[in-house]
Amino acid sequence: MKTFKVLGSGCTKCQNTEKKLKQIAEKAGIEIVVEKIQSPEQIMAYGVMRTPAVVMNEKVIHQGSIPSTENVESWLRS
Amino acid sequence: MFQIFTAFADWFAFQLLGLSPASKLGDAVHFFVEDVSKIAVLLVVMIYLISLLRASLNVERVRDYLSGKHRAVGYLLGSAFGAITPFCSCSSIPVFLGFTSAGIPIGITMSFLITSPLINEVAVLLLLSLLGWKFTLLYVVAGMVVGILGGVFLDAIKAERWLQSFALEALQRGRIESATNTNTTANKATEANQPTKLTWPERHQFAKTEVMDIFSRVWLWVIVGVGLGAALHGFVPNGWIEANLGGRQWWSVPVAVLLGIPLYSNAVGVIPIMESLIVNGLPIGTALAFCMSTVAASFPEFILLKQVMHWRLLAVLFAILLVSFTLLGWVFNGLVAFL
Repeated sequence: MKTFKVLGSGCTKCQNTEKKLKQIAEKAGIEIVVEKIQSPEQIMAYGVMRTPAVVMNEKVIHQGSIPSTENVESWLRS
Repeated sequence: MFQIFTAFADWFAFQLLGLSPASKLGDAVHFFVEDVSKIAVLLVVMIYLISLLRASLNVERVRDYLSGKHRAVGYLLGSAFGAITPFCSCSSIPVFLGFTSAGIPIGITMSFLITSPLINEVAVLLLLSLLGWKFTLLYVVAGMVVGILGGVFLDAIKAERWLQSFALEALQRGRIESATNTNTTANKATEANQPTKLTWPERHQFAKTEVMDIFSRVWLWVIVGVGLGAALHGFVPNGWIEANLGGRQWWSVPVAVLLGIPLYSNAVGVIPIMESLIVNGLPIGTALAFCMSTVAASFPEFILLKQVMHWRLLAVLFAILLVSFTLLGWVFNGLVAFL
């Protein structure tokens, strides 16, 4: 099972990113774990400067915006 | 080229609504319609064009570029990049930490972060169209000077000792790593995300997203800002501002700065208010001080910074902003005779 982390300070965009991941995964019938990371220290450890950022299996795969539906689908398939 | 908006406002206020050009209401409605339509069109067209050009500029590149630069150029560049690099204010903490963990001195990082809300392309465009190029130039120079001097001052007082311990450790690690030039932790995420050369369709896509993103964030500010500006324009008696808050009242500058603190707006919302104040006779320096204080000194953002700084540094930073906006206000009020 894939583990996603959404990095961000709790702004609306970060919440929407989390929702979007969950919704698309649910629609596709793929089970995933989504964790929210808000601590600045942890976000720094990933080397991320633009939030919201998405981490899949400990790798930063996206930062700076709400990811597009196509992107999310391709991550789920990968 | 802006006459078309005046003509549109004439038609809307005086013909469609049948208001009299001499009435206060007519004047206010005219001002509102003219500014809102002008700003809306400008925003869409200009954000699109500018985004096309700067599509490949992002905070990662700026960080890599600033890292290891000599201090003297560091402040200037930090401030200049702050003016042109887009980033959402909710990212200021990660940006601060990203710069810090790359070993960039806190003063240079703060030059970047102070200038960033003050100057951006939307603010510059609005200033150009509403208040002319002289004022725009003054505004940009003033904003950069505040960022540069603020940064120099923070380094001079060794502000890093008031960072939260994890941020200070990251700074020290970053310094060692950038000195030995190894692959820093901060670069980990950049590699995957390194901007390759962008094609025009990609740039177009980026620009389109930017327009929608910025527009959805600022349209309400524009309406509220212009609305307040229009109310001022139509309903504050002519000459009242000049008589009561004019250049002879030295205290009006610090009062304008203090007034700006609880008010929180981005530059787009406050510029139409500033225009209206200036047109009504408020001295330029006072208007500038008010605008900068509203945009840059806001409590919610300062509370966020608490995550990476101790109270003492926050207080110092706040004081730097207030003092420099006040000084700027006085200087510009004094200079206005020579403009």
